[in-house]
Amino acid sequence: MSDERTLDLLETKIQELRELNKVDGLDLSAEISKLEKKLSQMRAELYANLGDWERVRIARNPKRPYSLDYIEKIFSGFYELHGDRISGDDRALLTGLAELDGRKVAIIAQQKGRTPAENKECYFGMVRPQGYHKAIRMMHLAERFGFPLISMIDTPGAYPGLESEENNIGGAIAASIKSMLEIPVPTIAVVIGEGGSGGAVAIGAADRVLMLDNAIFSVISPEGAAAILWKSKERVKEAAAALKLTAPELLEMGVIDEVIAEPLGGAHKDLQQTATALKQSLIHHLNELSEKTIDELMSSRYERYRGIGRYSTVSG
Amino acid sequence: MPIFKDKQYFRVKLEKEADEALWLRCKSCGELVFKRRVRENNNICPNCGEYFFLTARERIESLIDEGSFEDVSRPIVADDPLGFQDEKSYPQRLEEAQEKTGLPSAIILASAKISQMPVVVGVMEFQFIGGSMGSVMGEQICHGIEEAIRRCCAFILVSSSGGARMQEGIFALLQMVKTTAVRARLARERLPFISVMTYPTTGGVQASIASLGDIIIAEKGAMIGFAGPRVIKETIAEELPKNFQTDAFAIEHGMIDRVVKRENMRGEIETVLRFFQEEAR
Repeated sequence: MSDERTLDLLETKIQELRELNKVDGLDLSAEISKLEKKLSQMRAELYANLGDWERVRIARNPKRPYSLDYIEKIFSGFYELHGDRISGDDRALLTGLAELDGRKVAIIAQQKGRTPAENKECYFGMVRPQGYHKAIRMMHLAERFGFPLISMIDTPGAYPGLESEENNIGGAIAASIKSMLEIPVPTIAVVIGEGGSGGAVAIGAADRVLMLDNAIFSVISPEGAAAILWKSKERVKEAAAALKLTAPELLEMGVIDEVIAEPLGGAHKDLQQTATALKQSLIHHLNELSEKTIDELMSSRYERYRGIGRYSTVSG
Repeated sequence: MPIFKDKQYFRVKLEKEADEALWLRCKSCGELVFKRRVRENNNICPNCGEYFFLTARERIESLIDEGSFEDVSRPIVADDPLGFQDEKSYPQRLEEAQEKTGLPSAIILASAKISQMPVVVGVMEFQFIGGSMGSVMGEQICHGIEEAIRRCCAFILVSSSGGARMQEGIFALLQMVKTTAVRARLARERLPFISVMTYPTTGGVQASIASLGDIIIAEKGAMIGFAGPRVIKETIAEELPKNFQTDAFAIEHGMIDRVVKRENMRGEIETVLRFFQEEAR
């Protein structure tokens, strides 16, 4: 089967033929349309049989839209608030105010970098303690003014480093989960790319949890699981499959609420289309949650998480 | 697929098991020491003071009034929701862990008394798949908290865990949220939660329930942190200080309230319980 690179190459070639078609006045349109057909057929084939590891690669594709790309398309008037009010401005976790379809909301969004400079600044999207402090500060602001909270998840995980540990990254994650569970406003989390372990779940304890079709959400990275359980870093494909970390699998297991479709090839093939679908979904879920009283909201949130787990009762 | 469907859930009893070996060698000082003396000494080497690893049973025995132990765990066993198979299948790993520890899961949950004061205590067993938190441990912790509310007493959790149980995937990860949600109910009832961190308290356990104690006490010699030193070295190749993720590191950085020697742990918990007993309700 062809891989994504072959398809991209073919796409580039078709583009070149189109250019040629214009310049020389040659009539290549029949060939072009034939190749286009072939391309879309090959792409459909490739993505109909996506393995879990291929999904992981799409979720991490550097061309994939990041939080700010969606924020720009989905919300209006995003007004970023930088401060965690304690020690710093983590660029891997952005917070701010915005409007969604005319409704005021608070946003918490994990952000990866596209350039080396951006990645240096945001630690490749790995959130440090100040990022979670910032998230908690935003949750409290949302609570005070009754803004629904939208969180966008896209991180390989919390930043593993000396500085993180010195500032109690684990305690910060715990506090963030706690705050998110406590705020009496509707909360929606959407995993747009990588949902890496504790670093993701820290802002994922929401009333509704959505995922883009090629996003992943996992207790550990396939690389980590391969190293620990298979004692071999090469066995990432097996680890990825075993972890059941893809959006369709998680939906089937009943731990998320909706999978949002992406264009063939991934969200980066058509940002506008993906953003529109995500926006519609956010509005839909927000409408549903807004109909509940605060008591209903809080008790259904509690029941949702109180009931999570799979075990068997035996006689004893 | 559920395992042990037709088996009885085995209740934990704190009976002393017959032990053939009379002596054991201390890994620290190399001395041959009389095993019974080590046991009576909270598994601390009488020669050099080194701590031997405590099993969950030994740990709970060292903390509570004699004869006050009552297993209050729910009769549940782990499922294999992912059908997880690495070099071994998950059900096989579970079976081996049960064989090795004599416990149905990685946590003992008991109602007991400490100096006559009623408590509900959960103690993790590191020998059971690294004390990892899966659906069963998460449920037992929540059940323990609810039992504490019902009995109107304190909840104590002694952690010894590498973090979330990988073989249960997302279900394990979400136990962080579940235990945090239920922990809030205890706070609402104004009942104290004492979190005791021992060697090791790391990963998803440290990043959720264990870090949410009203009082957090670490045992001397504990390891406390989120990411393991290996992961940190691999990700960022950073030189780590000698005391990294030790009890001393944790207290220096404000992560915990107290560092306590093993032989004093029971006394410390008693002090805390007494203080809060007057306050609760």
